[in-house]
Amino acid sequence: MTWALAMCIWLTLSAGLYLTLSRDLLRCVLGLAIMGSGANLLLFLSGRIGLAQPPVIPAGETVLAQAANPLPQALVLTAIVIGFALLCFSLVLVLRLIEGKRSDDVLDLRDAEPLGGEGVKPPLPTAQADARGSQA
Amino acid sequence: MSHPALIIAPVLIPLSTAMLTAAAHGRPRLQTALSMAGVLAFLAAALALLAGVQEHGSLAMQFGNWEKPFGIAFLIDRTGAALVLITALMGSASLLFLLSDADPGNRHPLTLPLVHGVLAGVSGAFCTADLFNLYVWFEVMLICALGLFAIGRRMDQLDGTYKYMVLNLVGTLLLLMSVGLIYSATGHLYFGALSQAYASLPPALSLALLSALTLAFLMKAGAFPLFAWLPASYHTLPAPVLALFAGLLTKVGIYTVLRTLGDVFTPAPELLMEALGWVAVATMITGVLGAAYHWDIRRILAFHIVSQIGYILLGIALNTEAGFAATLFYTLHHIVVKANLFLIGAIVWFWTGSYDLRRSGGLYAARPLLAVLFLIPALSLVGIPPLSGFWAKFLILQEAIAQGRVAWTVAALLVSVLTLYSMMKIWMEAFWRPHPDPTRAVTRGRIWPAYAATTGLAGVTLWIGLSPQHLLAFAQAAARSFNL
Repeated sequence: MTWALAMCIWLTLSAGLYLTLSRDLLRCVLGLAIMGSGANLLLFLSGRIGLAQPPVIPAGETVLAQAANPLPQALVLTAIVIGFALLCFSLVLVLRLIEGKRSDDVLDLRDAEPLGGEGVKPPLPTAQADARGSQA
Repeated sequence: MSHPALIIAPVLIPLSTAMLTAAAHGRPRLQTALSMAGVLAFLAAALALLAGVQEHGSLAMQFGNWEKPFGIAFLIDRTGAALVLITALMGSASLLFLLSDADPGNRHPLTLPLVHGVLAGVSGAFCTADLFNLYVWFEVMLICALGLFAIGRRMDQLDGTYKYMVLNLVGTLLLLMSVGLIYSATGHLYFGALSQAYASLPPALSLALLSALTLAFLMKAGAFPLFAWLPASYHTLPAPVLALFAGLLTKVGIYTVLRTLGDVFTPAPELLMEALGWVAVATMITGVLGAAYHWDIRRILAFHIVSQIGYILLGIALNTEAGFAATLFYTLHHIVVKANLFLIGAIVWFWTGSYDLRRSGGLYAARPLLAVLFLIPALSLVGIPPLSGFWAKFLILQEAIAQGRVAWTVAALLVSVLTLYSMMKIWMEAFWRPHPDPTRAVTRGRIWPAYAATTGLAGVTLWIGLSPQHLLAFAQAAARSFNL
């Protein structure tokens, strides 16, 4: 069972990594989400797996011997909630970027760091960019 | 004995201020008043915390009264208390600066709640003594920072947000996986229990686990070669927020490296510390060379953040009590100086009309006070005596020479010269030569809060520089309390 889960984590992480390295904005974000699932699975596995008993200590005993450790499950739950919020944010961000640029290629994203300029110097900012500072 | 509520005040006060300011989003004046009151309360709590820590050595609290290795704990020692105080100070300076007309951004109604959210995340990371809780504070910081990046909704800001988000999410996932692996190897998340369990781990396993954890923290700190998110995004932020981020966010990554390798998992594997030293040298050099290319003040300074991160990491890599004391001293000095330089950059924009050095000039003749204000942090960043940066670099290089690290010392000195080049470039172009457009109309607007904030920060730099013995004694006491 542990080996099956280890293979599953490996597959999930490699699929996620492959997508994350893509130049396509949406694929990259989906890759991050899949990698997040792999990380959650790994965290889940850190508290033993196997028995289907609830983590309740029987009367008269002091140690929880036969059941899985409930703490990693609580940790995974936290990580899932945080990951879900970040995924929602990143999907909206990618939609905005694709709408604005009419392209989903990362190489077209040069607004923050424009190329060009004379000689070895970076390009001068436009007059509007100077006037507005960091205002929209 | 200090009140237990004081220990959670550094998190509780910014979080409640964030909620109150969010509720008051329709009334800008009330929101500003609430935000200033909140940050002043935070500052007062941080001062009380520092006094308590000076008296007792450290303050601890177990949430829900769970016994020690179980449950989440806050533990604030001298290092944590000093960093919380500097967080509060930076928060006050940037919120004061936000009242001026020097590049404050759009004043979106959700800016103030998000800034307080960042402050809560940063001080939570400095207070916690639980590895998973640390991950949660990193996420609080990340999500609030993403909000502040994207809030302007301009194309270059969204572009910066995307790059910041992707690289930081990879770092976060790596952190989450390392935490999971460390938990399954030791069965603990509490720092004290981890420290004990570490001794019985096989060396190869502990090297693998700690390398993964350190790599995750180094991504957050902006170390070579994973710093690309920082110069790609920081210059799109409004100036006060930019100064806050430049001062604090990367330093949380540094603090966590210091805490884990210097205090919790000791003695750290030699191989890892050696690698960290070379990473530090590479970070210093690439950062300063990146800065040499740029002409936008904000982009020059953003690359210098990376370069200075290298110096601080070098202090950790030396792996001695003196090295850790120098690291803490350097971090505290650097947060003030870096944030101040970004704020002064915004005042330069206000008077000359451009962040680009090729379009600015004439400030020494027109604004001599601003020139003095710029020179204090700029020369301190380079390390000219008697300013604070000199003592910080002196402490680190003294320990490096004592350990016979010639290559690291030479690299650090060379990088200082190149830092001087960048600072002189700003000085010559923005202050010394005349403005390229002499017919330019004089700008109008409210500027006194900007001068008040930068003068205050310059005062802190001067205080550290002229009487370094107080901060040095404090940093040495903090390093002595580490579990070496």
